Amino acid sequence: MTKVVKQTLRLMLISLGMFAFGFALVPLYDVFCDITGLNGKVDLQQSEQTVLVDVDREVTVQLITVANASMPWRFEALQHQVSFHPGEDVKAVFRVQNLTDMKMVGQAIPSVSPAEGARYLHKIQCFCFERQTLEANEVRDMVVFFTVDPELPESIHKLSLSYTLFDMTPVDAVSSR
Amino acid sequence: MTAAVSAHHAPVRGIRRWLYTTNHKDIGTMYLVFSLAMFFIGGSMALVIRSELFEPGLQMVEPEFFNQMTTMHGLIMVFGAVMPAFVGLANWMIPLMIGAPDMALPRLNNFSFWVLPFAFTMMLSTLLMDGGGPNFGWTFYAPLSTTYAPPSVTYFIFSIHMAGISSILGAINIIVTIMNMRAPGMTYMKMPLFVWTWLITAFLLVAVMPVLAGTVTMMLTDIHFGTSFFSAGGGGDPLLFQHLFWFFGHPEVYIMILPAFGIISQIVPTFSRKPLFGYASMVYATASIALLSFTVWAHHMFLVGLPLAAELFFMYATMLISVPTGVKVFNWVATMFKGSISFETPMLFSIAFIVLFTIGGFSGLMLAIAPADFQYHDTYFVVAHFHYVLVPGAIFSIFAAVYYWLPKWTGHMYSELLGKCHFWCSFIGVNLTFFPMHFVGLAGMPRRVPDYSLQFADFNMISSIGAALFGLSQLIFLVTVVRCVLVGRAAPDSPWEGAQGLEWTVASPAPYHTFSKPPLVE
Amino acid sequence: MLKKGQLVILGGTLLYPVTLFAEWEVNMEAGVTAVSRSIYALHMQIFWICVAIAVVVFGVMFWSIFRYRKSAGAKAKQFHENTLVELAWTIVPVLILVAMAIPATATLTDMYNTDDSEIDVQITGYQWKWQYQYLGEEVSFFSNLSTPMEQISNQQAKGEHYLLEVDEPLVLPVGKKVRFLLTSNDVIHSWWVPALAVKKDAIPGFINETWVNIEEEGIYRGQCTELCGKNHGFMPVVVQAVSEQEFQGWLQDKREAIAAERAAAERVWTMEELYQRGEQAYLKNCAACHQAGGQGVPSIFPALKGNSIVRFDMKKHIDIVLHGRSGTAMPAFSAQMGAVDIAAVITYERNAWGNDTGEMISPQEIQALLNEPR
Repeated sequence: MTKVVKQTLRLMLISLGMFAFGFALVPLYDVFCDITGLNGKVDLQQSEQTVLVDVDREVTVQLITVANASMPWRFEALQHQVSFHPGEDVKAVFRVQNLTDMKMVGQAIPSVSPAEGARYLHKIQCFCFERQTLEANEVRDMVVFFTVDPELPESIHKLSLSYTLFDMTPVDAVSSR
Repeated sequence: MTAAVSAHHAPVRGIRRWLYTTNHKDIGTMYLVFSLAMFFIGGSMALVIRSELFEPGLQMVEPEFFNQMTTMHGLIMVFGAVMPAFVGLANWMIPLMIGAPDMALPRLNNFSFWVLPFAFTMMLSTLLMDGGGPNFGWTFYAPLSTTYAPPSVTYFIFSIHMAGISSILGAINIIVTIMNMRAPGMTYMKMPLFVWTWLITAFLLVAVMPVLAGTVTMMLTDIHFGTSFFSAGGGGDPLLFQHLFWFFGHPEVYIMILPAFGIISQIVPTFSRKPLFGYASMVYATASIALLSFTVWAHHMFLVGLPLAAELFFMYATMLISVPTGVKVFNWVATMFKGSISFETPMLFSIAFIVLFTIGGFSGLMLAIAPADFQYHDTYFVVAHFHYVLVPGAIFSIFAAVYYWLPKWTGHMYSELLGKCHFWCSFIGVNLTFFPMHFVGLAGMPRRVPDYSLQFADFNMISSIGAALFGLSQLIFLVTVVRCVLVGRAAPDSPWEGAQGLEWTVASPAPYHTFSKPPLVE
Repeated sequence: MLKKGQLVILGGTLLYPVTLFAEWEVNMEAGVTAVSRSIYALHMQIFWICVAIAVVVFGVMFWSIFRYRKSAGAKAKQFHENTLVELAWTIVPVLILVAMAIPATATLTDMYNTDDSEIDVQITGYQWKWQYQYLGEEVSFFSNLSTPMEQISNQQAKGEHYLLEVDEPLVLPVGKKVRFLLTSNDVIHSWWVPALAVKKDAIPGFINETWVNIEEEGIYRGQCTELCGKNHGFMPVVVQAVSEQEFQGWLQDKREAIAAERAAAERVWTMEELYQRGEQAYLKNCAACHQAGGQGVPSIFPALKGNSIVRFDMKKHIDIVLHGRSGTAMPAFSAQMGAVDIAAVITYERNAWGNDTGEMISPQEIQALLNEPR
């Protein structure tokens, strides 16, 4: 019977291992997204500046804003799109306004389309690296500096950079409203 | 055999027999009865769905309740009806087929079963809760099932955990039994195919059920403990949910069909009076389907915006699965070729399985073509596809198995007339219900809608009539089984002329304890 | 002979709509774009391949069943292996699959090429409507189901386009490459128009893209195809394809209408006017959850009829409508409706269904609240 018990325990360990593997898939998935640009996910970390500029071609980056459903903030890009040479540093400004009369916290989540181009768009500095806390009715201009890698495939001429704003105000603050 | 029986005590009487039993036959019976009850509950929900869809407009139920019905119907049928039915068949037949006295872990076996009624009572009770039961589809995609879910979602998560634990423990038991309890001389390549397919299925269960458990655990912490695995706002990703779910979900599809392949591979040779054609290739085909099932999950996600390379990979891998599946169908046909075929109810269900499952396979192949899937995805074409592989697939195979082994279980022959009546009503009902769904799907009807535009009206009405027919014919099944348990012509030890295998060497009905002394396999 | 021929033509003309209808019902549409036609061709190709395989396999099977039935005295042969045959039926399917994969790969690659678009439209899914924003054109609007509730609840005869009609369709020019950027504001939706062969998921927090180049003018209808909650079956998509000239005219009209709406917020509205407009706006934007009679859905969507906030707390009422409620399905309507509609809805809710507060709020007051910090 010891053989049976041993096998049983081994199988239970395997199933526990698979349970853990399910959780391990979370970071693995992020790595997978980084490599493939799946979902237009771009890392929330700062990238190094590139030096080379490819003056022979131009790319356009469209700036898109979405305030997730229950986020009572006004959120817009000051220009709809920017055109520049790959490798150049670009600055884009987003204006955000808290429409309520209470302090709120927001987090902007970036996404790039097409997915194939996502990993060539590098953010040098971005308001999305951290949460934004806005006092009641406060207006703020938020800045992103980014560049597009000259390695960007020739077939891509236009990228869309979208920011979705999520309400991250701590729950107790909401209930006191 | 009689000597073996008298050596053991007889089962205790009354409810305690069933509560405390460690006997594989008792537990198998309980699994099968439980599954039949769930089949009727899930089926009634399907009839609620079909009566709402009988004609355009909202007549019977509110959209909110309709969504709860579609969700519960899927969950109950998958986790409550089909899976426990196969586990029940495994419990009854695997020890008899490999010449073992019982399962290797009898007490664990009792526990695995008794978790189930609690899990499903909890799941069904959500329907009565404030805010209603789960309404987000059996695939429960985040954030509809997290941020936007009714409060009962927590109970739903726990019942999935419990059903999952039951399946994992049941699967472990089956693996250990097959690996250790085979009669002397029964090598792996001599095992009946039902045992083989279940061994592979059990490994799939051990591999993927924990992933589902992990996924619902993440949902739980997202809902109650402020994590954000699946919420983009906190740095998570709703698509991660789909990847995790289908990493479980696609192998799950094969968990529900591999044992069916095993059953058909037992029955077709019996009634063709000829050995199974290509036994070895059947084993290899089953194993390769199981392995490939881990590489195709994202074909459920062709529309979420995967990069082109990923779409192509998953398209090719999915198309590849049709090769081993085709091999199985060809083998069954070759088994019938030059046989001596008779058409008892189990054979009728098996022939219908081969034809209708193959039709489901064809629509599966069409769905595998990624560009075409952009038109098929989430329409009734998909509903038609997976019902063709699950109803005349998995469920017909269970019917076939029940008719095939009922004489062994009860010691009585079932009524062939009632059996054939059940078959023909079910066969017509199934096709009437699900075939028109191909048409409305291609014509543009999305799935999971409580109401639809006028051009889909005719076919939906036909589907609903078919569903009523199919649903009512299951009452014939109930009557046939109950009659067979109570009365009927006494069954010989081996009631089928062409049947091979150890299960036919024991008395009918199978004594409470069998193979206390292992048989010898040449 | 001539007479017979004429009869056939006449019969054919009479039957034409019937056959057309029947065709639409059992098969996929070929559609009106190059992509939709190549998808249709793929679909038909794989369909006929399946039919051919089915004829062969089922043919052999049923012939065996008939020929080797025991009742006809068949004796079973005991063979159970044939390596050559088994190899053949493994290799031949692989070859068929390769033949199918090649055109499928080409079509898919084409579908993924979103580059060089002339018009970009952002499509945002909401529970349960679509928002269309023409990027760089300052035109943006919501598109709601326009089938009356009475038709859905069977109190009225159903119209021709039952459940497939909206108040404002997405208008696009023919012959231009249009790129769609899809995202969602709440749960996952999926935007589908069968005739255009465009279907893509709209996922909250992320952006997806796809494209279309419509070749024929016309109205094309579709639906949301990803379960998105209670009214998933009630958020249709309607695309109106027009000539480039008409499209420019429409854009101009649309801009003027938006300007007129702003002007309307300036003028003085009477209680009566606001109540009437509020009823329309309520049915369009609020009734899906709070129900036409204001009774809500117990435990899910609060009732507004007799609601204490609606009846006694105007400030909080306005705040919830404007800014939504965090953690619930109530969105911030300041982003979805103009000042006039918001004022009208609030006025309506405070006076309908026996809430009779007799209070009203003017569009100017709402506008002031929205602009306050500026």
